[in-house]
Order: sequence, then structure tokens, then C-alpha cells
Amino acid sequence: MQRIGVFVCWCGSNIAGTVDVVAVAEALKKEPGVVFSANYQYMCSQAGQDLIKNAIKEHNLTGIVVCSCSPRMHEATFRKTAAAAGLNPYMVEIANIREQCSWVHKEMPIGTEKAIILGKAAVAKVNLNTPLVPGESPVTKRALVIGGGIAGIQTALDIADAGFEVDIVEKKPTIGGKMAQLDKTFPTLDCAACILTPKMVDVAQNEKIRIFSYSEVTDVKGFVGNFDVTIKKKARYVKEELCTGCGACTEKCPMKKVPNDFNLNMDTKRAIYIPFAQAVPKVATIDPDYCNMLKNGKCGVCSKVCAAGAIDYTQKDEFIEEKYGAIVVATGFNPISMDKFDEFAYNQSKDVITSLEFERLTNAAGPTAGKLLRPSDHKHPEKIVFVQCVGSRCDACNEKGKEYCSKICCMYTAKHAMLTRDKYPDTEVYVFYIDVRTPGKNFDEFYRRAVEEYGVHYIKGMVGKVVPEGDKLIVQASDLLDNKQLKIEADLVVLAAAIEPDKSARPLATLLTASMDTNDFFTEAHPKLRPVESPTAGVFLSGACQGPKDIPETVAQAGAAASKVIGLLAKDKLTGNPCVAHSNEMMCNGCSSCERVCPYGAITYEDKEFRMPDRTTLMRRIAVVNPAVCQGCGCCTVACPSGAMDLKGFASEQIIAEVDAICK
Amino acid sequence: MQKITRDILVEKAVSLLENGTVCCVLGWKKGEFDYDVTPALFESKEEIEKDFVYDDFCGANFSKYLVKKTIKAEGKILVFLKPCDTYSFNQLLTEHRFDREKVYAIGIPCEGMADINKIRAIAGDGISEIKCGEKIVVDTIYGDKHEIDAKDVLLERCINCKSKKHVNYDELLGDEGEVIESNRFDEVARLEAMTPDERFAFWQNELSRCIRCNACRDVCPACTCEKCVFDNPKSGVENKAPANEFEEKMFHIIRAFHVAGRCTDCGECSRVCPQHIPLHLLNRKFIKDIDSFYGEYQAGAEVGSRAPLVNYTTNDLEPSEVFEGRGE
Amino acid sequence: MQVKEYKPLIVAFCCNWCSYAGADLAGNNRLNYPADVKIIRVPCSCRVNPMFVLRAFQRGADGVILCGCHPGDCHYTSGNYYTRRRMALLFSMLDYLCIERERTRVEWVSAAEGAKFAATMNDFAEKVAALGENKRLEDLRCKK
Repeated sequence: MQRIGVFVCWCGSNIAGTVDVVAVAEALKKEPGVVFSANYQYMCSQAGQDLIKNAIKEHNLTGIVVCSCSPRMHEATFRKTAAAAGLNPYMVEIANIREQCSWVHKEMPIGTEKAIILGKAAVAKVNLNTPLVPGESPVTKRALVIGGGIAGIQTALDIADAGFEVDIVEKKPTIGGKMAQLDKTFPTLDCAACILTPKMVDVAQNEKIRIFSYSEVTDVKGFVGNFDVTIKKKARYVKEELCTGCGACTEKCPMKKVPNDFNLNMDTKRAIYIPFAQAVPKVATIDPDYCNMLKNGKCGVCSKVCAAGAIDYTQKDEFIEEKYGAIVVATGFNPISMDKFDEFAYNQSKDVITSLEFERLTNAAGPTAGKLLRPSDHKHPEKIVFVQCVGSRCDACNEKGKEYCSKICCMYTAKHAMLTRDKYPDTEVYVFYIDVRTPGKNFDEFYRRAVEEYGVHYIKGMVGKVVPEGDKLIVQASDLLDNKQLKIEADLVVLAAAIEPDKSARPLATLLTASMDTNDFFTEAHPKLRPVESPTAGVFLSGACQGPKDIPETVAQAGAAASKVIGLLAKDKLTGNPCVAHSNEMMCNGCSSCERVCPYGAITYEDKEFRMPDRTTLMRRIAVVNPAVCQGCGCCTVACPSGAMDLKGFASEQIIAEVDAICK
Repeated sequence: MQKITRDILVEKAVSLLENGTVCCVLGWKKGEFDYDVTPALFESKEEIEKDFVYDDFCGANFSKYLVKKTIKAEGKILVFLKPCDTYSFNQLLTEHRFDREKVYAIGIPCEGMADINKIRAIAGDGISEIKCGEKIVVDTIYGDKHEIDAKDVLLERCINCKSKKHVNYDELLGDEGEVIESNRFDEVARLEAMTPDERFAFWQNELSRCIRCNACRDVCPACTCEKCVFDNPKSGVENKAPANEFEEKMFHIIRAFHVAGRCTDCGECSRVCPQHIPLHLLNRKFIKDIDSFYGEYQAGAEVGSRAPLVNYTTNDLEPSEVFEGRGE
Repeated sequence: MQVKEYKPLIVAFCCNWCSYAGADLAGNNRLNYPADVKIIRVPCSCRVNPMFVLRAFQRGADGVILCGCHPGDCHYTSGNYYTRRRMALLFSMLDYLCIERERTRVEWVSAAEGAKFAATMNDFAEKVAALGENKRLEDLRCKK
């Protein structure tokens, strides 16, 4: 039997004004288990807390009920008070007689009656409370960053800077991501490579950072602080440790017609290639789909020219198993496919391009060495039309595009327009927009410069159709402000394609048991207050995998994710929330219902041997909850048909006791 | 009359037992009367030849027995499954309730099973002998003889048979059947269309007969819990003696809810209820609601499918929308 | 003869993160609702077993309401989606057994919706009071 103390707080007149606190204390004294009852003006004050502490010691209390303000306010306070007096902090229950009683009811008799009932419910619950002790688990002091774009790079650098080991897994042969493909960056117009490549070099040189390029995560097990990850290092047919990146092979390879994905297939590369000059690691990779040696065993030129002897046609995919304490997802984005947008003639004309292709066309390292030339005939375009919101902000019922705003297009289009006018003042530039959205530091000023100083024609309206005619593109559009139809003969049309999460994100989310929204962006643990954490403990989010972001925002979020990782890795042990689910193995059917509703992947199954009364043994499948992963929602307790699953601190018996106390 | 005869099943069982494929056979055994056929585990050729029966009274669904029997069995258990039984069989596999490797399942066709209560209604009390054949021939101790067409005395679940298809088996006797368009939800719809008072009176009348014998639970292939909530004093619902109407309602609502999304609509609960309460109408209500709220779902149709109550979509129906368009 | 004024008994299960906080906000803003409403705190609406709802009715509650975070805002990401399915089916079944449908409700109340919480409770209490005592559900043995 419990020995329960009841402490009724006046909260000055906040409670005592509508609730007869003395009557409440008296009434609750008669409840089963209650051996002490008191009232005081301010229980949360030092004197009030001392009153509780003394009572716990004097009366050997095993549990206390504080009738006071909301537990959201002072539950933590009173738990500490109890702990200070040697009582398990989870033997404290709060009856909320302020927010949910005295403040919402006006008459003393009504308020008092309800306060007594709420107190009785709390007493009934405490009678069934058991002391709870939070579990502890060790932390592997190493982080994994999945994705080597600017988000992953920044996160890795920040974590390494704090002294922790970090591994970056990048599926492409080099880190750098989308930013490496960009020309200039808004709103300052510094060149992307100039600010990115030094960071890439920092990563390569940092002793704490390992790069697994051309690699993928194929399996994730374990939980916060203790992830077991399998990384597949795809065969690149070049020994990374031997290759010097001299590039001799990439010049001599006879297979010249390989589409160059780094330049968005606007030119070609060789079957053995280094994506770009500043690639990290600067190691060649053979594309097995095009290499003659790998396809039919005839060639071997690269092997002959390689002075370092790095070519290895027999290389196989390699699987590496590694332990991590934290995982950062930085899988980034891609522009959506333009295949469904026939109205813009993207697939009919080479001169209709996406903005990312435009970046490559203006980039000094791009297919035109930075000269703005039309892809079709390499002529200089005299009239360029930019179309914004292609696939962004679409109707929910429109299956072609996305409902959300891609966020970065207004700014990069202004950048493209401005740069074009700056380099080629003779070129006329039109931008069609729904709204121009420029809410960032120096963003609106940037956009206004494009209009006011560079004379870019901004037209509010959507382009209806692009029709290739001869070597021109006829752009039919409406000008909503002037209310007229426009027909522009353009030489080049640039589509600001919506961005979407990388396709690798969905299967990765499944591996991580991290949740995603309907657009395949990773969900945050809380949209406002925990924006860089996934609901799955130990999994963090960096960059555009969580939602469309520009570079400054991505870098800021990358740093924030890093700081959360550092906070985690700095701990030697993790202390969990003790109010977690647990399964009674004697009652568990092993039916998997609980596992299926668990949002955290906290439940696994094992075959356990049971000794039967007749001395035989029996193997049965039973559920096991990992207390370090469980967050205590209790969903499994209802999914469980036998009632084997219960939640500590909110046990079925306790809730039923509260129901009974209220309904009495 | 069943298309497949007892002799074929006996021959099959004996040969599998003798060649060592299986170590025992789960089949139907003669009871005290011709109509109270009971499930039994046969371990020898002699037992099988002596007691094995297969006729219009072999309604029992064996799936549930596999949960306990496979644990103890040294080798494989041979089980005969009618089409509806295979759905329960799959559902139990989905829930990892037994090891598929320890079962040799033979699918047998079913022409529908007889309802002894309907026969009693025709032949009266004092039935001494029943012979199943072209016609069901009933003799009574009073010397009466009745010839009854099997179609006239089918179990409710067989009249509304949902499938002649075996969804899981190692060997199939007879032809592959098809899923049937049944009218099994008509009765639920009829109840739904009643006025609340009529419906209340209907259920009051039905459920007040409940004697809490637990037969419905004990026979239910979805009720295989190691410990049932109704036997657990800590669950808060373990009261056994019926005191008033709500006690029964509470029991049956909870039981139906516990099997919701997992119930294959095998109809065993109604078949065994000694008070003849149409319990399937509760389970079918859940199935009908699940189908209309979340899309059609047949529990047990596939192994590993995700039951509707351990699944969701972000735009599911709101509880407040349940009654929209259903005026009152 | 003096007729005692009928007061309904309402049990409200509120999730800790949204609805319980919403109820607290109603208190902070001094938004009145009937004292007949008694709140039980649960971590998430998905912790509420249909058995608890039935238990409340059995013990004499006249109405039971569940409040949780809005769909999509669940603190545990998906808990309230399961609640939504469970309760939709349970309420439909209760209606099938002719327990008045106004006695049960699920309402999504965020931590910012103190006013909605109070308005919901006022409305629910009024509807339940209009139905009168819960005769079809209570277990007479449990009534004092």
C-alpha cells in the first residue's frame, strides 16, 4: 500500500479564489492510501517545496499528489523536489486545479467539487505508480553524414571542428553536390566554385573526416548513439589510394561519346572520367555502361597509360560496416523532370533549357566555356525568356508539378537575368512570374537591381505555350498587369523547374525509420522548435532534404544540425525518458501489430525460450522494446490485442483508475 | 453434399502419415451424435480409419489449432482446409502465430456446411441419426424420418460464402475456386437502415441472451492471444458474470474491436454460439466500415498484408464524418 | 418533489502536447466551460484504448471526448492518424448498437487553440446534456 501525501496549492488567490483549498485537502485525506494532506499558499515557492520535502521524510511518503497549476508548468519542479527528499521523481502526480479548474469555473462550490474529483483521480493514479528509472545507453562518438553537397560538407566540417570523427557518404564520384555545378551565387554574385572548392579541400584534408565517395548506405540498424550502418562502396575500377588524378586516362580513353551528367548531358565525357577539375577525391572513375574493357574485354587503354597502375578492371563492390552515434541526412534535391511539361517544348527544342542547364552554359568550366551560346546552333541568343514557377505552386489536382514553392527560383532567375544583361547588354531579357518572392537579406535589393539597373523586363503572367518555329521559339504569354496577350520571338527559353527531394531519400527514410511528408521531404521532429532533427532520435536533417532552401539557409541549417550532433556526441551516455512502452513477454503473441504502428522502429522481435510448468521448453516469438528509441506515445499499447504492451507512467491500469475516480 | 468424400481424405492422410511427410493429422472426428463432429489430432492409421469423418457437419476451422499444435509437433502436421479456413490460416501466418514449415496444408473444396439448428427446426427434437448424402436423411427417436435438401439448411456463413478460393495450400484436392460476389453485408445494411430504437431493441434482444460462455472467443481464429484481456484482472474488462445489458455489449464490442481488421469473416463465432446470437453481424459491421472508409480489405487474402488498424493515410475519414450522409 | 438538476459527466482524454496545452490556454485566457468536463492527460491520443472509452461509459460517463493534435501535427508524427481510424470505427460500432452518436467525439485541438477547446467543450457538454443520462450504456452495478 502506498503512503500518499496530498499538497493543495492556493496559488495565491488564483486557485483559492474559486476552490476551497481546505475542503479539497480534507476531502482527499479520506482517499485510499492518503496519509498526509496539507494546503499552502505557494507550493512552488521554496517554503512550499520544503513543506513537501519535510512531509515526505516525516511521513515516509511513497507518493505525492500536488493539486496545483498545470503539470506542464511545474511537474518538473515537483519531481525535483521529490527527488531531493529521496522519493522517486515518477511517484509525483499533479492534479491540474488551476488552468483546468479554478480559472475556467466561477463558482466556489463547483470549482471545489471538480478540484476534489481531479485530486481523487490523481490519488487513484499514484496508488498504481511505480518508481521509474531512466535507462542509459552508450554513445559511439562518430557521426555519419549522408550526402556530400554543401549541406553535408558544412555539417561534416562543423562536427569535425568540435573534435568528433565524421564520415561522408556520397553517391557520386565526388563531393560538391549541386553547388559545384552553379556559376555565381546570389545575392553577392561570388563564384560558387571559389567559395565551395576550398571547403571541399578542407574536408579532404581534415583528419577527422573520411569520404566514402561513389558509395551508398544500404543498411541501418540500431538506434540513437548506436547505429550500425552498412555502406556499399561501388566499384569504380580505379584504386583510389593509387590514383593521382593526373587525368591521363581521361584524355586517352577512346570511348568519347559518354553523356556528361555533370554538364547535364549537354556535352560528352570519356568512359573513364573525373567529373570536374576540383573534384574531391580527385580520382578517376570508369563508367561500366560505356567502358569497352568492362563490357567486352577489349581495350585496356587507361590501364596502359596509368603510370600509377591504379586501374583495376576486376574491382568489386565493397561493403563496409561501421558504427555511428548520429546520422545526418543531407541528400539534397534535384530539378523535377520537364517531360510532362509539353507546353514549354522542352523535349522538342534544344533551346528550351532548365535553369540548372543555364548555370552550366554560363559557367567557365561548362560545355561552352562560359560563353552564352544556344545549345542548338551555338549562336549568341538575342532574346531570352525566363519562365518562373515551372512545376512549383501547382494545384493539388495537377499531377505534373508540386504544390509547394521551390523558394530559390525567384532569386536565381533574377541572378541569371542580371548576369546576362551584364555580360551581353545587347540581349533582351524577359522574366515571366506569378509573384516575385525575395524575402532574404539583400534579396529584394538584388531583384530590384535586376529590374532597375539592368533593365530586365519582368512581366507578371504565365507563359501558356512555347512553339519552336524555324530557329526561333514563339513564346505565347499573358501580361496580367496590362491585361494583354504577348507573343515573343525568343532565341532561348529558360525554365525555372521546381525542385524535389533526391530520389534516394525515400528508401533511405525507410532504412532510418525516419518520417517523410507526401512530397518526400524529411519531416522535422517539430516544425518550429526542432527543425533540424528528425522524429527518429539520432537522425538529423541538413539542407534541402527537409525542404527547399538556398545556400545561406542550407549552410545555417547544416551548422545547426552539426551543433545538435555535437551535443549528442559530447555525451558519454544517453539518459532516456523512463515513460516508455514495455512488453509483458508472458502475454505477448509476437504478432507484429505493435511494431507496425511504432513511428520510431523501437520494437523488434526475438525468439525466446520459455520453461513450461511441465518442465518442457517452448520457443516463442516476443516483442522487445528498445527503451532508448521509444518516445512513449503509447500507440503500440492499443494496437496490441492481448494487452501485453503497456506504457510506463501511463499504464492502462492507471488510466482506468483515473476514469473510475472521475466517474464515481 | 460434399464433392470430396471421406475416403479420399482418409487415403490421403494415411499415405502422408505412412510415408513420413507428416507426423499427425488435424481432422474431424465423430462425436457422440452424428452432428457434433469435433476437431481431433490423429496420430495413427488406425485412429484415422476408425474415427475420421468428413461430411456436412465439418464446419470447424482448424487454423487456430495450429498455433498450439505446431509448437509441440515433432514433424509436420497435416491439416485440411476449406476455402474460408485458408483466410484464417493466412491471417495467423501474417501474425507469426505458427511456423508454416511445420504444416502440410491440403485445400479441400466445400459445398457449404449444414446448420444443425435449421435441421432441428425441420425435424424437431430427438434426432437419433443423420446421414449426409444427396439428401440429408434425419431419423428421430420418435421414429420420424426426414429427407432434407442440404441447400435448405446451410449455415448462414455458407449461404453468404465469400470465397471458394484457397489462398494458401501445399496441395489442392479438386479445382481452384473463385472469390464470390456475396451479399454478406445485406443484413448489416438492413440493421443500419433501422431506426435507432428498432436497432436498440434488436441488439438488446440478441445480446441479452449472452451467457458469457466465451465460446465465440474460444473458437475464433483471430483470438489466439497468450492471455486474453477478458481473463486478465488488470485489463479492467475481466468481469465474467453478466449483470446487465451493457456488460454484454462491452464484451462484444471489445471482442469485435480486437479482431477488427484481422477478422476474416469465417463465421465460427455465430456457428458455435449456444444462444444463437448473430455475432458475425458485429464483425461484418467492422469489415463493412473498413471497406467503405479505407478501401476494400480482406483479412487473410495475402500473408503479410497490413491490417487497416495498423495502417493509415493522411487524409483518412474523420470520426465526425462517419455519420455524414447517414441521416437520423 | 424536488427535481435535482441533471448534470452530465464528461470524460475528456487530452494529449499532452497539443490538447492538454490547449486546455491550459483556455484556462490562461479564463474561457469558461462546464465543470462537468474532467480531463485525463495522456501522452498522445493514440494512447486511448477503446476499452477506456467503454469503461467510462460503463462507470456512468454521459459523454467521452478525445482531443489530440491536428492530423499532421502529432508530436509522435503519426499517433493521431491511428486514433482517427480507431475512433471512427469504434463510434460507428457504438452507433450500430444504438449508443447515441452525440455522446462520443474526437476533436483536434492545438496548443494555440484555447478558444477552440472551450468552445468544443461547451458545445459537447450542451449536446450531451440534451440527451440526458446515459441509460443505454451504464452498468448499474457500478452506480452508487
